[in-house]
Amino acid sequence: MTQYVIRRLLIAIPSLLGISVILFTVLALAPGDPFEELATNPAIPPEVRLQLRASLGLDDPIHVRYIAWLTSMLRGEWGYSFVSRINVDQLILQRLPTTLIVIGTSQVVALLIALPVGVLAATRPYSLFDKIANTLAFIGFSLPTFFTGLLFILFFSIYLDWLPFVYRTQIEATGWRWFWEQVKQTIMPVMVLGLFQGAAWTRFVRSAVLDVIRLDYVTTARSKGLPERTVITKHVVRNALIPVVTLVALQMPVVFGGAIVTEQIFRVPGIGSLLITAILSNDTPVIMAVTFVFACLVVFFNLLADVIYGWLDPRISYR
Amino acid sequence: MKHTNGGDSRLLEIDGLKVHFRTDDGWVRAVDGVDIGIGRGETVCVVGESGCGKTVTAMTVMKLIAMPPGKIVAGQIRWQGRDLVPLDAEGMRAIRAKEIGIVFQEPMTSLNPVYTVGEQIAESLRLHEGLSKRAAIERAVEMLKLVHIPNPQRRVHDYPHQFSGGMRQRVMIAMALACGPKLLIADEPTTALDVTIQAQILDLLNEMKDRLGMAVMLITHAMGVVAETAQRVVVMYAGKVVEEAPVIELFGNPRHPYTQGLIRSIPRLDLAAVKKERLEAIPGTVPSLLNPPPGCRFAARCRYAMAQCTEAEPPLREVAPGHKVACVL
Amino acid sequence: MPRKRVSPWGEAWRRFRKHRLAVASAVVLSVIILAVLLGPLVWRVPIDEIDFSVRLEGPSWAHPLGTDDLGQDLLARMLYGGRISLAVGFAAMLVAVLLGTLVGSVAGIASGRVDAFLMWLTDLFLSLPELPLLLLVIYLFRDTLRSLVGAELGVFILIVSVIGGFRWMPVARLVRAQFFSLREKEFVEAARALGASTPRLVVRHILPNALGPVIVAATIDIAAAIIAESTLSFLGLGFPPDIPTWGRLLFDAKDNLDFAPHWALFPGLAIFLTVLTINFVGDGLRDALDPRRVV
Repeated sequence: MTQYVIRRLLIAIPSLLGISVILFTVLALAPGDPFEELATNPAIPPEVRLQLRASLGLDDPIHVRYIAWLTSMLRGEWGYSFVSRINVDQLILQRLPTTLIVIGTSQVVALLIALPVGVLAATRPYSLFDKIANTLAFIGFSLPTFFTGLLFILFFSIYLDWLPFVYRTQIEATGWRWFWEQVKQTIMPVMVLGLFQGAAWTRFVRSAVLDVIRLDYVTTARSKGLPERTVITKHVVRNALIPVVTLVALQMPVVFGGAIVTEQIFRVPGIGSLLITAILSNDTPVIMAVTFVFACLVVFFNLLADVIYGWLDPRISYR
Repeated sequence: MKHTNGGDSRLLEIDGLKVHFRTDDGWVRAVDGVDIGIGRGETVCVVGESGCGKTVTAMTVMKLIAMPPGKIVAGQIRWQGRDLVPLDAEGMRAIRAKEIGIVFQEPMTSLNPVYTVGEQIAESLRLHEGLSKRAAIERAVEMLKLVHIPNPQRRVHDYPHQFSGGMRQRVMIAMALACGPKLLIADEPTTALDVTIQAQILDLLNEMKDRLGMAVMLITHAMGVVAETAQRVVVMYAGKVVEEAPVIELFGNPRHPYTQGLIRSIPRLDLAAVKKERLEAIPGTVPSLLNPPPGCRFAARCRYAMAQCTEAEPPLREVAPGHKVACVL
Repeated sequence: MPRKRVSPWGEAWRRFRKHRLAVASAVVLSVIILAVLLGPLVWRVPIDEIDFSVRLEGPSWAHPLGTDDLGQDLLARMLYGGRISLAVGFAAMLVAVLLGTLVGSVAGIASGRVDAFLMWLTDLFLSLPELPLLLLVIYLFRDTLRSLVGAELGVFILIVSVIGGFRWMPVARLVRAQFFSLREKEFVEAARALGASTPRLVVRHILPNALGPVIVAATIDIAAAIIAESTLSFLGLGFPPDIPTWGRLLFDAKDNLDFAPHWALFPGLAIFLTVLTINFVGDGLRDALDPRRVV
């Protein structure tokens, strides 16, 4: 298993490098000077600008620039935010936990929906339950997150006045009260993301379970006299999860996209809303850094999926 | 208790069993009136071409066919005198593995790839015998040793993909026998294996039977396998039993033209070498079970077919002690 | 009993018809497409007529879908914006399918090292964070393209090529897989033995066989591209304010949810309905053209 994890880690490195090349190419191909606005910014004196250009090596040959850029990226030297006036790495470290909590919780919600519904639908294919679940799943992932977000605000905040629609960082309360407020303001962003992913995963789970349920070893399990419940959970679901993990890993970019939108709607102070603010205020170092962080997160989650995959399927890790 | 009188009572009596499957085009009569009896410690071979309903019969005994689309339309399956057809899922589970063990055709796909073979053997032991995890694994090791898997102490913790096809079939047999069933159903256990391995698995089955004394219902399409293992043979054709006889009687005096055809189609090296006789195949194909023709289902392929054959179905009648045949001849 | 002989397309149509939601969706989708194509010819209210006396009004006979904060007619704006949203969807799908077919064919013909590299690239693209990169590219290139070809066309080209450039991977995999499975088939061998050239083989024999799965993937791509464009516009980073795509309308409406919910609801519903019906049609097409696959 350790060997397998190390091998996956080694495979992750070229993809991270590949992503960095793509990022850098985009940056290098960009017309004009991405630091152009510095020239027009009267707050920054020309010598500082020249210094910055030199320190970023903007006049070196391209491969030198790439290596310089990559090393500084990897060392966390992401520059200085023009808008927030602090170092970008600090800014991101402040924001990242919120994003990870919202994404993490919403994925748990998605799993709690997709697993039981998908399995139940697959064990009764073409039943009424299956048809309803399937239709709801289609509706769920055809509803763009930005629209669900607005609908939630309209219903739960404006119409029912139950939940706040703006996420506050500072809550004037302590103990349980603080926790409750925190939960109340997290519910909507988490549900928007969770329901969307849950809908997509329900279909993955259903079709994976349908594929497994007719296999010979499931009949073998039944022939042992195991209760149907054990047959499904122990023999069917366990095996069906193997392809689901891969599909879920492939969905990670979509998950992050959804997180950006949700953070923006509910003004959750995570790195997604940071990215949008940075773009709207032309804060290039922040934009680059956040994009890089998102890319790293995707690679990291793919790695995690690989490890789970290897843990679920002994055929993989023993080879 | 509806136990019939002692020693003569049969372990399993399948009586007039009909199993039909619903399809888009109508009901397929996969099993259409089958009677098979198996005594304690007896080996019965069920033989016939693929699609003749032998596997469905076996799976129905364990109630392992999917219902729907499958449906037991008529008949009884009496296990030690008790009918299994109306038995609920709970009652059926107590019979599976504990009373009747089953081995399937495909050893490559019949084991769950994500659990060790030990865990899979231990599963039924823990369920039916209430063993602890440790004790169950220890028994699994014994079972692996019994089926001649080398180094069982270590192999018990291996996954199915680390075994060859023949070894996996041994594991399947160990699994089916773990709880000491009174009947072992082996559904074409050698079909998917290499020829050399086939003989080993048959030997193993015979050895297990001698050692453990359970009855065996061996399903096969190969007459060679029948000759090597069976005490009694049931020949099935298109969802029906066409002949039943003790093995020597059947090979010595086959009465049904279909049985005769099957026996003639056994490759015989000794004869072929001397007489240059060609292997005989039975002409034609099995009729559709969707709308089976009236009368004898073999009539269309039968070289002795007469007018009366296509009019009424010939009933199974006893032509000699223990020898029944469904043919007008 | 011998069945009546049917062509493969007839058989596909028979299977598609069995998927009732897909058929209903196809009808609804056609209505939506016809509405945005022909609607502006019928509903001749200009999209930018400002009238403060009717601002933020709900649906009425004069304005069936209500008005926005400048008193502009929402029906007219939605019909017009729908054209852009759908056009982006179709164009981005075309880009994705062309790119994917190209990459998949090259990988399938070349095999060996080129294939390995292209598949690595495909996997790499599959693990790119799409939305942040979309935003980054648009941020970096927007102004240049705008000055080159004008605001509308510039943003259109940018959005279409970038969305398409992030969605070619499934098609590439499908086409490549088709190459590998057909390479050894008899009819391809036969065609090769008869001296058919490689391009001819690809165009005449291999691509038509990949058509079914590719059509299904392309259909889903349209929906994904429409969502991507709406997302960009919703974040205020897509089309400029004077081009009221559905996502842009939502962006403008989102701060007035409490006074004018209709302003957000109608464009949101339009996106939802379009995407939903496309997804259902895609599902029906999968049943019809690619019956083996489940997801």
